[in-house]
Amino acid sequence: MAERRYTKTHEWVTVDGKHATIGITDFAQSQLGDVVFLELPSVGRKLGERETFGVIESVKAASDLYSPVAGRISAVNDKLSGKPELVNSDPYGDGWILKLELAGDPPSDLLDEAAYKKVTEAAAG
Amino acid sequence: MTEPLSFELSRPAVDPPRLPEADVDGPGPADVLPHDMLRDRPPGLPRLSEPEIMRHYSRLASLNYSISENFYPLGSCTMKYNPVLNEQAAALPGFAGLHPYQDEETVQGALELMWRLERALCAVVGVERATLQPAAGAHGEWTALRMIAAFHHSREENRTEVLVPDSAHGTNPASAALSGFHVVEVKSGPDGRISLADLESKLSPRTAALMLTNPNTLGLFEREILDIAEMVHATGALLYYDGANLNAFMGICRPGDMGFDAVHMNLHKTFTTPHGGGGPGAGPVGVKADLVPFLPTPTVERTNGHLELDYKHPQSIGRVRSFYGNFGMLVRAYTYILAMGGDGLSQASQDAVLSANYLRKLVEGDLEMPHAGPCMHEFVASAHHLTTEHGVRALDVAKALLDRHFYAPTVYFPLVVPEAIMVEPTETESKETLDSFARAIKEIAAEARTDPQSLHAEPKTLPVGRLDEVAAARKINAYLVGQSEDPVLRWKAPGEGAPKEAC
Repeated sequence: MAERRYTKTHEWVTVDGKHATIGITDFAQSQLGDVVFLELPSVGRKLGERETFGVIESVKAASDLYSPVAGRISAVNDKLSGKPELVNSDPYGDGWILKLELAGDPPSDLLDEAAYKKVTEAAAG
Repeated sequence: MTEPLSFELSRPAVDPPRLPEADVDGPGPADVLPHDMLRDRPPGLPRLSEPEIMRHYSRLASLNYSISENFYPLGSCTMKYNPVLNEQAAALPGFAGLHPYQDEETVQGALELMWRLERALCAVVGVERATLQPAAGAHGEWTALRMIAAFHHSREENRTEVLVPDSAHGTNPASAALSGFHVVEVKSGPDGRISLADLESKLSPRTAALMLTNPNTLGLFEREILDIAEMVHATGALLYYDGANLNAFMGICRPGDMGFDAVHMNLHKTFTTPHGGGGPGAGPVGVKADLVPFLPTPTVERTNGHLELDYKHPQSIGRVRSFYGNFGMLVRAYTYILAMGGDGLSQASQDAVLSANYLRKLVEGDLEMPHAGPCMHEFVASAHHLTTEHGVRALDVAKALLDRHFYAPTVYFPLVVPEAIMVEPTETESKETLDSFARAIKEIAAEARTDPQSLHAEPKTLPVGRLDEVAAARKINAYLVGQSEDPVLRWKAPGEGAPKEAC
């Protein structure tokens, strides 16, 4: 399995050749609390790096979702519309959000596990 | 202890309600509506005798919680006491019995009240003119942003972005987005105030406005407001004031003097008109001279003592509310301002700030205070330490307060504070009330340490216990996206399927 990379805004991405899968991190889901709704885009839409593509809503808050990489959406996790709780129970597995066909190389400033851990420790105070 | 719906109480033996005949001449429904829009049977209204329906509503009222009964420290909402005198004024037949289409000559008193209220509000916030039309705070935000958009448009400038701090009320970005602007977030610094460096980096020739609350949502005064105003104006953008927190400094300082160009006020917060139950509210917007041509019409003008509604403003953004706003609320707010006087208003703000600081000091040993005091009219505490050490969350603290006869403070807002508990006591509470609230917090914090499980089960004394808000939100969302047939309605008419549409 490809190595998971992270953003400071708490998304994760795995890259396999030209295909990327993205979701939100375990830290993000724990901060949001129980997810109740996701507003997601349609397959085929092109996303730029750092572009907002949707909204995630929990009982506590609503947050924008950003794409860590640029590309065209090849799949959206349809299960989330009926079972948003998958984002809480399995954020790195069944709770994935989008799959993209990459446009160019992924950005070089994505964080590895150790660097992301430091970000979450700072955020948790 | 819960009360059934009136439909569930309905008894077939009782005659259906008889509605009075229409007392105006005109065509009947069958003359003007398409055939398929007409009812084929009478509406299924509940069948109950008058005493039965009366008792039903009285029982419902007894389940309600309001400021008339107990302390309501809902942060950011300014739940102050609503004086009965306001109600007396609003019920005067000359106000309560008016028809909005009456001739201007017969409503000179009502127009004069609007004219005088506008002047009083302008004096409180330091602006040139104001519109009384907006029906609530978010409506006021939207109205101000429409005026700001019209202002830039009139100067042939294409400004597409509105800056909003990360601690802002959710209505700020929503109003900006509804007005067609792109929302850009400005970060708070470690002291809880807006970061000037981040603001500098976000300001550009695309910036239409910065939306700001002062004191901000953490209850802290934005001390660098004069520098902020200068930075915003230097780029050609305007500064918008969200009046959510105006109760902190009435008669002490004025948003207009700080450099704000458009200022919204919540009469249902600061000026004691009823707040809660969904309104009706009132969110007037005051503006500096540059924005006056864009005010909604009609404006109220007075010439030689004669009042008239003036529609002749070619650059106006137009009407934003039917008729003249929530007029009854205007009467209540004006009554409050007259009863208090200028000195009274400034005393109210000083007492509000004193109450918040007194209460903050009392609870600071039991809750964390993420930002240094003193605060203004409210403070944001955190239950983060109780969560990490004992698994007790801000939500548990809020629910436990309900069992101790207090309304819960605002929780999980602002988002920049984890496990936030936001408390605004207002000036109308006694020292004894504040002391008893602090004792309840102390008791809950102690229980978190000794018996955290019992807190998860509260409230235990109310008609309903811990509600499953997650399931409620997920079910209605599943219905709205077409994933569930169940509209989560509790009652369906016998013999009828689910209604065609949720209503």
